[in-house]
Amino acid sequence: MSEPLIRVEGLTKDYIMGSNVVPALRSVTLDIAPGEFVAVMGPSGSGKSTFMNLLGCLDHPSAGSYWLGGQEVSALSGDELAAIRNRKLGFVFQHFNLLARTSALDNVALPLLYGDIPAAERYPRAERRLSQIGLAERIDHHPSQLSGGQQQRVAIARALVNDPQLVLADEPTGALDSRTSVEIMALLQQLNREGITIVLVTHEHDVADFAGRIISFRDGKVIEDRPNAAKDAAAALL
Amino acid sequence: MNFAATLRIALLALRINKLRSALTMLGIIIGVAAVIVMIAVGNGAQARVEDQIRSLGSNIIMVLSGSMTSGGARGGSGSQPTITEDDAYALNREIDEIQAAAPSLRGSGQVVLGNTNWSTVFYGTSPEYLEVREWAVIEGRRFEQAEINGAGKVALLGQTVAKNLFGDASPIDQVVRVNKVPLTIIGLLDRKGQNMMGQDQDDIILMPLSTARKRVLGSSRFAAGRNVGSIMVKVKDGANMAEAEARMRELLRQRHRLQSGQDDDFYVRNLSEILQAQEASSRVMSLLLAAVASVSLLVGGIGIMNIMLVSVTERTREIGLRMAVGARARDILTQFLVEAVTLSLIGGAVGILFGVGGATAIAELAGWRTELSGGSIVLAAGFAGAIGIFFGYYPARKASRLLPIEALRYE
Repeated sequence: MSEPLIRVEGLTKDYIMGSNVVPALRSVTLDIAPGEFVAVMGPSGSGKSTFMNLLGCLDHPSAGSYWLGGQEVSALSGDELAAIRNRKLGFVFQHFNLLARTSALDNVALPLLYGDIPAAERYPRAERRLSQIGLAERIDHHPSQLSGGQQQRVAIARALVNDPQLVLADEPTGALDSRTSVEIMALLQQLNREGITIVLVTHEHDVADFAGRIISFRDGKVIEDRPNAAKDAAAALL
Repeated sequence: MNFAATLRIALLALRINKLRSALTMLGIIIGVAAVIVMIAVGNGAQARVEDQIRSLGSNIIMVLSGSMTSGGARGGSGSQPTITEDDAYALNREIDEIQAAAPSLRGSGQVVLGNTNWSTVFYGTSPEYLEVREWAVIEGRRFEQAEINGAGKVALLGQTVAKNLFGDASPIDQVVRVNKVPLTIIGLLDRKGQNMMGQDQDDIILMPLSTARKRVLGSSRFAAGRNVGSIMVKVKDGANMAEAEARMRELLRQRHRLQSGQDDDFYVRNLSEILQAQEASSRVMSLLLAAVASVSLLVGGIGIMNIMLVSVTERTREIGLRMAVGARARDILTQFLVEAVTLSLIGGAVGILFGVGGATAIAELAGWRTELSGGSIVLAAGFAGAIGIFFGYYPARKASRLLPIEALRYE
């Protein structure tokens, strides 16, 4: 097996609520290899979201280590984490989080803006990603002019525009109807086949079933970590 | 992230909330316009006083006839002619601080030229009068000694009188009749404008003191003997005005043989001091006006802070997203700061237009004198920008200190 893309060791996160220390994640250790499609499951409060935030460099762990692509990132400063998020990670959210009254093209190009990519390069790259997900004709549309599924595809294009090593999807189908959900999963599967590592958080078994590995959390611990015979979302659409 | 991109993001954010941006700017617009208008009005008032000082001449002290007590009854001021032209000569001769002292007799009457006429005031005075008032003869010549000694039938004309009698033609060597006495015009005085009472100082005829006394004024008791109505004194530049005034008073008391304990029978008025006091008060007034106007600018700034705080709260998720895709804290800080400064600068620019327009309108409609200065415009614009930075900094810092996960989760 090749060098893991993600390696966490004893990853722990405690939240301090007044005088109480609430443990959200208790010493999690696992590896994720490049090219994997992992679903993270668990009920509310199981620690799966905390785990995702730590993987996404959006939060600092209380203890433990996290190597992303061989780099220890758990001790980096806020600005260094911002740079990691900008260059190595892509995010897909449940509520899309697109900028209102901003064209699809500008939305997709946003990470490049913070990556100091010159404008001449930004827009062709953003346009390429939009046509890759089948929205080439919608580049001038604002989010309010797009359907939920189209908005999530714009968000996926935005997650991909900086050629990340890892895409983190937090309940990406949570706000979509079931057919559109399957369409989005088909798109993620296709991207995964093209070599992108995906970690997906969901509480729906139907959605997790499209992933190749399922990790279940409860009370801040991994209670199950198993490979899954992924269902083909493209076939499910037929 | 480069500045052009930050500016574009800021402009976009402002465009999304057009009405709100416009209302926020309104505070700055009103503030900047108020500062510019108030400074223009204040400067105008000050410039008016300065013009009056210039037209009066500098370091001027007036000596006027006072009251005279006869048989226990005290007359009012000017009830008796008490000062003489010899007082003026003595002042000139004996007090070092005095550069020139001009006695004058004032009268009024009808000036007739052919079939036109004009009612005006005339002064019989000595040549020092022109020196005291710093008044130039722009055409023709001044009085000659022979004319002064021998009640020469000559006169100098003020601009208003010349205009009314001669139109644009030259009055030199023409003969006018003042109270039926024919006088030859030998010179034309420079324009002086209005004095501090708003009187037209160019509506005047000057003639030798002896001419006024012997030929024009006739039997008036003020013109009898060697009496004069007033003496106008110019103190040398750099001399102590208060000391000069005290020495003048002392000399006049001696000459009038007043006992100690007896009231002065003359008045000494320091006109320059009065005008300077007026100038000082108009300066205070214009400072006060500007200060009041600045308060509205300050209120405008607080308006910007308020709106930016609302905006930061409203756009918490947007800030979270920007952070998630790689914005650093300082990128967020810059973005919100640029938004605030853009608001205040655009407001400032519009405010300058309104301010200049307002000052012009006040000058046109109310007839007040206003003076727009480049300095006040630059000041107002700079102040607006500074307010944007000052009041935009706190909300921007608040935005930049949000934690990405909390911002993303914000509902």
